[in-house]
Amino acid sequence: MTGAQKPRVAVHKFSSCDGCQLAFLNLGENLLTLAGRVELVHFAEAGPLDPESEVDIAFVEGSVSTSEDLERIQHIRAHSRLLIAIGACATSGGIQALRNGVFDAGWVTQIYSHPEAIASLERSTPIASHVKVDFELWGCPVSGPQIVAVVNALLLGVAPRDNVDKVCTECKRQGHPCVMVTRGIACMGPVTRAGCGALCPGLGRDCYGCYGPAENANTDALAAQFKSLGLTPRAVVHRFQSINSQAPAFLAAADTIRRRGDD
Amino acid sequence: MLVGQLMQQGYQCFGPGVENGAIVLHELATPDAIPRGLQAVQSPGRYQLTQDPEQRYFAWANGPQAIKPLAFAPTESLWRVARDASGTLQFSAVLPAAPKRALIGVRACDLAALALQDAHFLRAGARDAHYAQRRDALLLVAVQCAAPAATCFCASTGDGPTPTAGYDIALAELADGFVVEAGSARGQHVVDALRLSPALAQHIDDARKQGESAAAAQTRRLPGRNLRDALMSQLEHPRWDAVAARCLACGNCTAVCPTCFCHAEVDQPALSGESSAHVREWDSCFGESHGHLHGFNVRPDIRSRYRQWLTHKLAGWHDQFGRSGCTGCGRCIAWCPVGIDLTEEVAALTAREATP
Repeated sequence: MTGAQKPRVAVHKFSSCDGCQLAFLNLGENLLTLAGRVELVHFAEAGPLDPESEVDIAFVEGSVSTSEDLERIQHIRAHSRLLIAIGACATSGGIQALRNGVFDAGWVTQIYSHPEAIASLERSTPIASHVKVDFELWGCPVSGPQIVAVVNALLLGVAPRDNVDKVCTECKRQGHPCVMVTRGIACMGPVTRAGCGALCPGLGRDCYGCYGPAENANTDALAAQFKSLGLTPRAVVHRFQSINSQAPAFLAAADTIRRRGDD
Repeated sequence: MLVGQLMQQGYQCFGPGVENGAIVLHELATPDAIPRGLQAVQSPGRYQLTQDPEQRYFAWANGPQAIKPLAFAPTESLWRVARDASGTLQFSAVLPAAPKRALIGVRACDLAALALQDAHFLRAGARDAHYAQRRDALLLVAVQCAAPAATCFCASTGDGPTPTAGYDIALAELADGFVVEAGSARGQHVVDALRLSPALAQHIDDARKQGESAAAAQTRRLPGRNLRDALMSQLEHPRWDAVAARCLACGNCTAVCPTCFCHAEVDQPALSGESSAHVREWDSCFGESHGHLHGFNVRPDIRSRYRQWLTHKLAGWHDQFGRSGCTGCGRCIAWCPVGIDLTEEVAALTAREATP
């Protein structure tokens, strides 16, 4: 793409903590380079405000969680050439999707002093449940290198590389001994998508699956191993029912354990 | 004394130490940095540090890695391309800095594995410059295994526990000292500088016996023969389904395997759009992209990936390299998070009564 026709980019926020937008802001020098190569049309957290206009690339953070979100995502889709969902909320519904299936209006009155101000849908859902998504970046939050790689690919006009490998691949390349093997702790790395750089195992702790399911995630085998490490069935369910609870592979894993009746 | 001499001769010294609950080969800061009494209990899916009651230096079998990452880098740039002022693309090779490195404490299984990595990366007509640069800078100080782990089976593959080739210096640790043997001119140069007294016949005999009892102490084994036909005739054996049900396809076995050499190459363009790095990184036959061909995947499920790994390692290598790709280190057993045991799988797959 030539300098004369810089691609127009928007970064939209839905129900989320803003952490994935911070991955953009934390790019450092790369953020300045990025700002030079694209026209940032809308990015509330960084300054530009123009959520309505046409863009080439729309990055969408957050899940669809309110009735207003339902309308807004349709509008964004209609005005964007490419739509990239970024982060666990946008790709699986996020931590707020823990309410799915167990939503109780009573909670709202117990928790909030002005419950009338809360207008949440019963379910928190990923962007792809509502509109066509061209590419998904998983992670809670996504990392700077992931953002750079996707932007680069799009600027070069090629499909972004979808890393569906397990966290273990990054963990071993960095030379971290497996924490499941050395410490007997329930690491989600073997079923979780790479992209974080094996942050948690690198610090000697267990991966908690914030990047969502990898391809060919053998959740049954991992759940069986968690049990043999001493986790109760309920604790195993909690491993899968966390940040990406609604990701199909993790949802199915939890359902399987529950169905076996001992949760 | 040995480490001090190596440092004096300008070697960056790597030796055993503990990191994150495992024995690793890491850089030694001082000549006396090798700890005494390190030991680890290994079993399928478990690795636990313990103390050697005899406080020996090398009474441990192995850790998750040894030579491999220091010769075949887990991630490295192979070349770069940048646009110059006139807009022309300029390609340049990126070669690693390769300081002289001495690795102290490598095992017979590691040396046998290195010979296989050499056969792959240094083969005539396809010499890998990056690997060669690091490999040539390595001085290998091998140690006889006196206390193999429960996961070890090098005696059955014919690769240990006593190093017989591929080292610059070999050590055998006895109750009252070390028997030292040079295996190369470089090694001899270091050993000469140590001005050691000649080993007594008794010491040499003790070292031999120590090797024999270490071999006898191993409880696991692989059949010593060529398993190619035995495995390739069992490609539809139900055991593949059984192991696939347990396997996480995490690729840990391939990462810790000292002979696995598969890698992927990816391009990492800079955000400026003016340059790009061509990067090689460890890959695994347990990953999706490894079996990805244009438009489809030849190994879409875990069953086909495990089968690929095992049959390549123990069957295909015979055709490629004239021997099996397993040197009996047992890492794939200990470091498999669910404890899949290669020797057990092979026994089940090749047991005649289990043939469907």
